[in-house]
Amino acid sequence: MRRLCLSLFLVAASTVASAAALPPGVKQPQLEIDLGDQESLQRGARTFINYCLSCHSAAYMRYNRMGKDLGIDEELVKDNLLFAADKVGDLMKAVMPPEDAKVWFGTAPPDLTLVARSRGPEWLYLYMTGFHREGGRWDNIVFPDVAMPHVLYEWQGEQRAVFKTMEDGSKRFDRFELVRPGSMKKEEYDAAMRDLVNFFVYLGEPAKLVRYRIGVYVLIFLGVFLIFTYLLKREYWKQLH
Amino acid sequence: MSDESTDQTRRQLLAITTGLGLAGTVVASIPFVLSMQPSARTRALGAPVEVDISKLEAGQRLVFEWRGKPVWIVNRTKKMLDTLPGMASKLVDPSSDASEQPSYAQNEWRSIKPDILVLVGICTHLGCSPLAKFVKGAVSGLGRDWPGGFFCPCHGSLFDLAGRVYKDVPAPTNLVVPPHAYLSDTRIIVGLSPDEVEKNKNA
Amino acid sequence: MQKLIAWIDARIPLTKVWDEHLAKYYAPKNFNFWYYFGSLAILVLVIQILTGIFLTMHYKPDSKLAFASVEYIMRDVPWGWLIRYMHATGASLFFVVIYLHMFRALLYGSHRSPRELLWIIGMLIYVALMAEAFMGYLLPWGNMSYWGAQVIISLFDAVPWVGPPVAEWIRGDFVISDATLNRFFSFHVIALPLALVGLVYLHIVALHKVGSNNPDGIEIKRHKDKNGVPLDGIPFHPYYSVKDMVAVTVFMMVFAAVMFFAPEMGGWFLERDNFVPVNPLQTPPEIKPLWYFTPYYSILRANTVNFFYIPGKLWGVFFMGLSLAMFFFLPWLDRSPVKSIRYRGWMYKTALTIFAISFIILGYLGTRPPEGIYKALAQICTILYFAFFFLMPWYTKYDKTKPEPDRVT
Repeated sequence: MRRLCLSLFLVAASTVASAAALPPGVKQPQLEIDLGDQESLQRGARTFINYCLSCHSAAYMRYNRMGKDLGIDEELVKDNLLFAADKVGDLMKAVMPPEDAKVWFGTAPPDLTLVARSRGPEWLYLYMTGFHREGGRWDNIVFPDVAMPHVLYEWQGEQRAVFKTMEDGSKRFDRFELVRPGSMKKEEYDAAMRDLVNFFVYLGEPAKLVRYRIGVYVLIFLGVFLIFTYLLKREYWKQLH
Repeated sequence: MSDESTDQTRRQLLAITTGLGLAGTVVASIPFVLSMQPSARTRALGAPVEVDISKLEAGQRLVFEWRGKPVWIVNRTKKMLDTLPGMASKLVDPSSDASEQPSYAQNEWRSIKPDILVLVGICTHLGCSPLAKFVKGAVSGLGRDWPGGFFCPCHGSLFDLAGRVYKDVPAPTNLVVPPHAYLSDTRIIVGLSPDEVEKNKNA
Repeated sequence: MQKLIAWIDARIPLTKVWDEHLAKYYAPKNFNFWYYFGSLAILVLVIQILTGIFLTMHYKPDSKLAFASVEYIMRDVPWGWLIRYMHATGASLFFVVIYLHMFRALLYGSHRSPRELLWIIGMLIYVALMAEAFMGYLLPWGNMSYWGAQVIISLFDAVPWVGPPVAEWIRGDFVISDATLNRFFSFHVIALPLALVGLVYLHIVALHKVGSNNPDGIEIKRHKDKNGVPLDGIPFHPYYSVKDMVAVTVFMMVFAAVMFFAPEMGGWFLERDNFVPVNPLQTPPEIKPLWYFTPYYSILRANTVNFFYIPGKLWGVFFMGLSLAMFFFLPWLDRSPVKSIRYRGWMYKTALTIFAISFIILGYLGTRPPEGIYKALAQICTILYFAFFFLMPWYTKYDKTKPEPDRVT
């Protein structure tokens, strides 16, 4: 009975995880998020700070916390990574004032600290690899009519989205075509975006670095404790006829 | 099974289970207790402050905030430093034995370098911020013999040009000297001692 | 030690209370799995209060600061993330425990005489708990917090004449705002917890006056020995204190597994849209309450037909309220001569099974958009849900029951 309830529960749990549905033809990527890969996180952090932090804040993360978690020396953080901040204990605010950004882009670039928790890493990866050129402006396959330009186009190059027209007249995404190559090959760029997404997952929940390990210790202790509470119960109940 | 051995087993099990339970409870309470420690935000706000004294002229004082408190840096002239040795009879604690300052500031000038004085600008009586009264004589409104120093307007406490408290005033001890260190000839960091600065450099 | 206890006893009835409610409180000896959830519920209440106290040290109930203060707890406060996850996990597990606790009553007839008042106090605790959870969910001031509260408070708006002024009075503003957040904070942190503790105390007083029911549904006080001790009773302490410790340990393992490995539970315990701050100009694609409210949410949305000049929306509010109110009448709807499902006939067993399944399906449907097959299924399950209550006086009376045993089995 108990096992049935638990398995039903877990099945249902997995069905709710879906956020907004993906456009037809766009497949959910298989991402391996490894927060133990410090080098990947460091690469992702570097991309974020060099390209994203100018417009997007990560206003709930402090520089020194990020440095400590990612194994970056505090002096290195101070010398290389402090953007629009004086002290290493400061929060990671964007360089561009949000009021200016709103004027330039029509909407204030949102804070990105929690974007991996609200959108999910798969969507983020599709977003960062899904910019395409459409009639003179940038569009994005999972975020139609996005106001953000393709900040990393020098790396990825310029892609065009090819759609297939279905019987009912609707459009279905088929594939991307590279119109103008960037400085990185596709595998390189995709790997860099995996690092960036890895970093976003860390940024959204730094506690993830420790909670699994602590959980294991807690469960082991409780397992041992369970043995003794059970033996104690049996010992006391023995004397009831 | 005899009653006695049952009792023994029962007592042992009870002891082990209770012991484990208590240990678990203590360990479980640690995160709660620690959560009341100063948070990362508090530590960031209370972080050491770097000050540039290159523009501080002789005889002048600059004021800034550290951990929510006013901190003074005074560039003392030779004349101001000359008043210090003769003050002993007028002071409660001329050698700062009962007052609060780092060991490197327990000397005749209460500072690392004689001309640069760093003080927490809070009267040791009830916490008002004393006024700077550097001008000698009657002009300062403290009598003809006034050698220069600080005057607290709230209850009239007086301090000399090393922040040492006069006798017969409400304040009990000398003004506090905060931990501080020289990053260069013109940059002082308040909130860190010189060995902590050394340690950070070599880390 | 004895002298100390005697000193206290002369001033406070310590030993008397210990005896009456623990060492000499006789509970039926045949308690099974379904009887763990009462003490587990008390445990979760204590955990919620404890974690709540520590969260309140750092949380800021101000619309401009609330969202950031939660992230402050998650990152800057030492172990803050643990305390936050404990509180969120505890909230969901509280309802798991309570639903199982209530289901036990339906299984073994714990709502029947002489325990009607015990059941009603329990229902009041349930309603207070729902209010507590609802108010608590606004506090993180995420977009789902805001829009979920918006939907529910606008239900009051639907009530004719009194609705809009009452909704405004609850909100303290024309829309959900800082004023609403502040008062929900007050209710969540002190008013409702006080009420809950008081109600739980009354609940135990009512239980101990009559004595616990048991899986056979027979009254153990009918057969006592020459000392007045029920023949089928055993002292709560040490037997059930020691047995409950095992259940507590297993429960803590489930708690820890969720808290450390899956605190979001795929969006069931912590919703994704709530990691975005309040945006009054942008509704989340799907507004849904947390899982424990979804059955009632389903019933609310199932009613779309305008009937007797009353709009479907108002019927939804009415039936949602009624679905909760029906529970209060249960002791008088149930006409069976026996209490426990072990001795009831096929009619009640079928009815209870259908009820439980409908409740779960309604819960799932509450997370889906109310269209097409989902809507039709919600309407069917709503009818089945109410049938359990409305037809009960009939099917419990005519059900073919088995004879109850004299002593517990």
